[in-house]
Amino acid sequence: MTGGLKISAPGVHTTVQDFGRVGYQDMGVPVSGALDPESLRLANVLVGNSRTMAGLEVLFQGPTMEITVDSLRIALGGFGASIDVLSPEPARVTPWRSTVLRRGQIFRISLDGTALSCYLAIAGGFDLDPCLGSLSTYTRAGLGGFQGRTLIAGDELPLVLSSASDGEDVRLPQPEEFSLQRPIRITWGMQRDYFTDESLARFVTEPFSILPESDRMGYRIAGPRIEHQSGHDIVSDGIATGAIQVPGTGNPIVLLADHQTTGGYPKIATVISADLPALGRRKPGQEIRFEVIEVEEAERIRRDREKALCRLEASLEPIKSDVELDLDALYGNNLISGAVGIEE
Amino acid sequence: MLPSGDTAIVVEFGDQIDRALSDRVLRTNDAVQKADLKGVTETVPTFRSLLIHYDPLVTSAAELIEQLEPMTDADNEHSFASRTWCIPACYEDDKAPDLTGVAERTGLTADQVIEAHCSRSYHVYMLGFLPGYPYMGDLPVELCLPRLENPRLRVPPGAVAIVTTLTAVYPIESPGGWHLIGSTPVSLFDIRDPRPARLTPGDEVRFTPITRQAFDEIEAAVAAGTYLLTPQGTHS
Repeated sequence: MTGGLKISAPGVHTTVQDFGRVGYQDMGVPVSGALDPESLRLANVLVGNSRTMAGLEVLFQGPTMEITVDSLRIALGGFGASIDVLSPEPARVTPWRSTVLRRGQIFRISLDGTALSCYLAIAGGFDLDPCLGSLSTYTRAGLGGFQGRTLIAGDELPLVLSSASDGEDVRLPQPEEFSLQRPIRITWGMQRDYFTDESLARFVTEPFSILPESDRMGYRIAGPRIEHQSGHDIVSDGIATGAIQVPGTGNPIVLLADHQTTGGYPKIATVISADLPALGRRKPGQEIRFEVIEVEEAERIRRDREKALCRLEASLEPIKSDVELDLDALYGNNLISGAVGIEE
Repeated sequence: MLPSGDTAIVVEFGDQIDRALSDRVLRTNDAVQKADLKGVTETVPTFRSLLIHYDPLVTSAAELIEQLEPMTDADNEHSFASRTWCIPACYEDDKAPDLTGVAERTGLTADQVIEAHCSRSYHVYMLGFLPGYPYMGDLPVELCLPRLENPRLRVPPGAVAIVTTLTAVYPIESPGGWHLIGSTPVSLFDIRDPRPARLTPGDEVRFTPITRQAFDEIEAAVAAGTYLLTPQGTHS
C-alpha cells in the first residue's frame, strides 16, 4: 500500500457509501448507499469525480484523519459541517468547495449539530474492491466498504490517486438552504386501509420526532399514536426505500438505505424520492412533519429536483485566491443557516 | 397494482402464504424480467406480491402500470425455472438446540420431528430478512409452531429453523425467533459468486439428515473449497 487516509480517531459512525447495491434485493441484500445521496453527489462533482462514486458518510460526529499520500483533493458535502485542519497549521475549510491537503496534515470532519450526515469525497476515490457491484457498506452483514464495517482508529483507507492533480479548486457559489421546517412529502402506502381515518388524518397534520434508537435501517419516530383497524401483521411483501411501516406499538418506522428488502408490518405511506436526501440529514431529536401528495406530483417534483441539481453542478466556479478561503470561513455560519451568498 | 411512492410498484396477488399465489408471483416476475422494461431497476418476488423498483427519471408509474397489466394475468404463458436441492443437515446435540423443545411442544419424539422435516421437499417462496435467507414451505402440519417467546440475540450461520408453516436456513449470524432444529455445514450465500444466493424463489429444497461426523467433514471440505452444493435437477 502506498498510503491513503489514516483514521487517527473514529467518529461515531463513519462508513464508505456510494449510491447503493442495486439488483440484489430479490436475494435479500439491501441496497444501502448514502442516506443523503445529493450531498455525496455534489461533493463528488466538486472534486471532479463521477456523481455516484463512493465517499465517506459521516454521521453525528466525524473522525480525525491523517493524510499518508503526497496530496489529495477533497470536498465536503453537508450542512453545518466543516473540515477542520488541526495540524500542522490549524484552518477551517467550509463545505461545498474543493481543497487540496498534503501529506502529514491531520484533519477532523466536524458537524455542528445542524444535521445528521455529511459526505467527504476524495478525487479518484478509494482503491477498494466493490462487493456485488458497489462500495457501499452494509454493516449488518459485513458487506462492502472497508472490511464491511464502520471505520475505527488505525484503519488506513487506500486511495486510487497518490497526489492531487494540478488545477484550480472550485466551489458552489450558492449552496442549497437547509431547512428543518420543510415538510417531508409522502404518498399514501399500499396498506393505508389498515389504519383508522383519524390516524391517517393525524399522520399528516401532527409532528413526529425522530427517536434515538434510529439507525441506517430506519428512523423510529414518535408522535400521534397511529391506530391499526385491521391488525398489525401482514404476510411479508417488498419494501421501497422511504416506506413507512407501523408495528403494533403505533410508532412508525421510516425505512432508510439499509432497510430489509421485505417486511411484515403494514405500510401507511412512502416518502417521495426527492425528499429522501433531506430526510437523511435529519437527526434523532429533530422533528418531521408529513405532507401527502399524489404519485404523479412526486414524479414531477423528482424531475424538477434533478434539473435543479444539474443547474447547481453547472454553477461551480473556480476559487481564485486564498483570500476567499478566509471569507468562506467568515461566512460559514451564514452558509449553514442558509441562503446568504458570498458577494465579491 | 399500486405505486409505493415514486420508485416502486406493487403487484399484489393476495394476502396469504399459498403455493398457487406464489406461482403467479413467480410467473409474473419471469415475464417482467424478460420484458426488460425501460427504467425497471430490480424486482422482488414475495409470498403474495411482486415489487418492481424503477427509476422515476426514466419512466413513470402510469407508464409502467400500463406495460405491466398484460403480464399479471393468472394464466400468462410464462414459467419459472425451478432447481431441486438436497441440503445436508445435522439434527444432533448442540447443532439442534430446540429439537427437544419442538418435540415436547408437538407431542412427537425427536426422531419423528427429524423424519417429518425431511419427509418432503419445500418450495422456496422468497428470499428476504437477511442476504440469502430463504422462506420455504410448507411444513407438515404437525411441525407448525408459533415464534419463540424470547427470540435469540444470536443465531449461528447454517442454523436450520422452523416457524408456523415455514422452514429456513440462517445464512449469516443474526437475531432470530425461529426454532432451531438442526444445522447445515453448507453455505447458502457467498458474495464471491455473481449470484451470491444459492437458492432462488421457485426452487425445491429437501433436507437430508447427516451425522455429526459427516457435518464436521463437510464443514472442513466447505472451508477448503472442495465441497460445492449443486442442484440435483432443473425443470420449468
